[in-house]
This record gives sequence, C-alpha cells and structure tokens, in this order.
Amino acid sequence: MSTGITKRIIACLDVTKGRVVKGVQFVDLVDAGDPAELAHLHAASGADEIVLLDITATSDARPILIDVVRRTALQLFVPFTVGGGVRSLDDASALFDAGADKISINSAAIKTPAIITEIAERFGSQAVIVAIDAKRKLAAEVTTEDAAVSSNVPAEVYLAGGRIATGHDAVEWAREAESRGAGEILLTSMDCDGTRTGFDCPLTAAVANAVNIPVIASGGAGSGDHFVEVFKAGCADAALAASIFHFGIHDLRELKAQLQREGIPVRLPC
Amino acid sequence: MITLIDYKAGNLTSVRKAFNYLGQQSVVTGDPALVRDAEALVLPGVGHFCTTERLASSGVRAAVLEAIARGVPFLGICVGMQWQFAGSTEAPETQGLALFEGTCERFRTSLKVPHVGWNQIRRTPAAEPSRLLGGVPDDSFVYFTHSYRAPVVAGVSAVTTYGETFAASVERQNVFGTQFHPEKSGDTGLRILKNFCDYAAERSAR
Repeated sequence: MSTGITKRIIACLDVTKGRVVKGVQFVDLVDAGDPAELAHLHAASGADEIVLLDITATSDARPILIDVVRRTALQLFVPFTVGGGVRSLDDASALFDAGADKISINSAAIKTPAIITEIAERFGSQAVIVAIDAKRKLAAEVTTEDAAVSSNVPAEVYLAGGRIATGHDAVEWAREAESRGAGEILLTSMDCDGTRTGFDCPLTAAVANAVNIPVIASGGAGSGDHFVEVFKAGCADAALAASIFHFGIHDLRELKAQLQREGIPVRLPC
Repeated sequence: MITLIDYKAGNLTSVRKAFNYLGQQSVVTGDPALVRDAEALVLPGVGHFCTTERLASSGVRAAVLEAIARGVPFLGICVGMQWQFAGSTEAPETQGLALFEGTCERFRTSLKVPHVGWNQIRRTPAAEPSRLLGGVPDDSFVYFTHSYRAPVVAGVSAVTTYGETFAASVERQNVFGTQFHPEKSGDTGLRILKNFCDYAAERSAR
C-alpha cells in the first residue's frame, strides 16, 4: 500500500583526520572506525541515508578530505550527504564530483548566506542541506522578541562545530535558509547531542512547523522511543544518529520495526 | 557502452558509479554527434526544468530524437524523465520531447514540497509487463527528490502517491524514465539499472 513518504533514519559519520569519531557535546572524541566501511555497513543494515561530516574541517581551516568522500561514495547506493568546511561553490563542486549527492553547509551559510542560493542554482535545492547547530537559550537570556518569533522555543545558532555563538535565532535562520534555496534543514540540538537522553522535540517541532522543507532532527538519540517521539511530537521528517549505530547498540531493522508498530511509516523491508 | 548525457546541470557521478558497479562501461558527453551514435543513452537530471533548454541549444535534443527513432534505448532520470513529457509549468517556455502526453506540474498537496525520501511504486495495469521494472515487486521503496511531478497518462508504468498519485516511471518501446533516482535506491534501484543495461545489451546483440 502506498500511503506516502516514509520517515528516514539517517546514519551519521562524524569524521576527523579520515576516521569516524564520536564525542559528547562535540568534545572528548573516541575512534569509531573507517568511514567507507561504516557507511557500507549502515546502508546494508537499513539506513535510509548516510551523512558524513568532517567535524574539524572548519575549525582547522582546511578543506574537507575529498579522498575519504570518494572512497566512501564508491559503493554506496543510498543518498550520501557530505558536510564540514564547505566554503564555496568550488568546494561543493569537488564534493559532488567525488560522489556526494547533497552537501551540508553550516558556518559558511551563516557568514555568506548567498552561498546557499549559489549552490542551489547550480546543483538544485535537493542537493543543499543547511545544517543548524542550536542551543536553547536560558530563561534569563530570552527576550520578548525571541518569544515572538520562535514559537516559545528560543534557541541560538552556533557555528564552527558549536564553538562560536552567532546571535541568530534557530527558527528564523531555518526560514531564511529555506527562502534562499535550502532543500532540507539538518537541526542539531547541542544541548542533547551525545547525551542519549532523547531529541529536543519542542525545538525540532518549532523548526519543522516553520518551514515547508524536510527537517532532519539530530542530537540525543539513545533509544527507539526517542525516534518515536521525534517523529510524533517533534514533527521531524528524518532523524539522524551517529554513535548508537556505530557501536552496534541499535539494530536498524529492529528500530524500524518499532517505528512501524507505532504507526510511523518507514522503509521496511529494507 | 552507456552514454551519459552531460548538460552541465547537476552531477553525474552517482549514476556513473552505479553503472560501474554493475560492470557496465559508460562515457560522459555533451557532444551531439556522440549522442546520435550512442548504443544506449541515459539522461540523469536534477534541478530546474529550464536547464534542459541547454539540450536544445547545443543540438543534443535533436540528436536524442534521432537516436530514439533508430531504436536506441533511452533512460531519463528525474528531470530527465520529466523532459520526456511535453513540458513543465516550472519553465513553461521550455519544450520537452512530448514522447508522453501532458505537462509536469508542481505538487498540489498540503504536504511538504519537495517530496524527499523513500516512497513506494506500484505498477499500472498495462498490456505489456514493464521491462525496466522486471523482478521489482510492487510496493518496493525507491528514493525521490522533486517538487514537480508528471501526470498519470498512457505509457506510465508505475505510480507513487504523495498527497496525489503521480508518474513514478514511464516506458514505451525503447524509451524509459524514472522520476525517482535508481542510482540512490539501494538494491531495487540497481536492479532497475541492470534491467536497462540488459535491454541495451540485447538490442545491440541483435
């Protein structure tokens, strides 16, 4: 039966120096394996998409590792997104040439929002994901203006892998990214990332309901229930997780079976 | 040998990679002479319908029509399939090949547009079973990413539902098209590409 689109489960590979790593709230990184091997493993076990993020390219001010991208893409036949250190149309072109289907831009999009449009016009909006790393504002930091624009979920956008606060509101920035040609939003909750205590559902819902493009929720996945919550309460179109998949804690098919039992459409069998 | 048509829009790497994986050699060209003489043609397309205008101005459009008339297998993917219809409201001034009736239009749905992700295909009742979808069960999942969709008309071999029902694939004699991306649709997609290669190989053996 064709009821419509399925909710996507995306396996994320955080890469630095050519290896997959995992940290808690962007620090304390431990080695999790080879990107090409892990990408293939995740795709074979039912991941709907693979995302590879070079998490130190921007902070190290170096280009993303094209060889790793090429090697990972070689035998991968599900959608493959690459991000980290994409600063120009040329950077994006090199990644598409290496086998990326979509690129994810974060810091460069904040600094030079026109780059979103530039890449979308050349490669199509479907190839451009704007990644937003957001951190909830403390109650004391919330202004009346925040409350007015953010559906009462004020969160600030950070860049350079969570190192620099921008002053941008997450919901507003997502809207702007969409208007400039982004095809999807990858929303990472910095508060939840690596904690395995669940996604930030209210923030995800605020962003998902503010835009008409798919929103990928990221940060905090620790159990099947968390995915159920982010698809129901969080209104997410896709959910991304890294560490729980790398270390084999979660069986992707089991996760999808759980989602299906909860009435969430997923690609199963896969 | 598969000839991948390059018209400087989007990226051909993924499609080429999939053919390589299937052991099928491919060349990439935007040269009308090479397109005209191809054994099999694939037009991977992403992005805006207006980019297909370049196919007309470069002479590739005429070369594709000549090749099709000679019986050369031709597969259009995504915008490449939409180009096989009369046109698209995305770029009303740009003409398609009109191999299939009707015009592509933006999704009319309250759901999010673009339609991005994995969705299911279901065969339409047809006199001839689809060669492209041979061995692919109904309700198989494939990967879509598009905002415009083609109408369900004669020649549509499978449909998908996203708020409304639209053409997922087309097939008529040597002309094939998929709205979804077989190169991104896992084993199902590889099977579809292999079916196209097999058809092309049979034809060149004749």
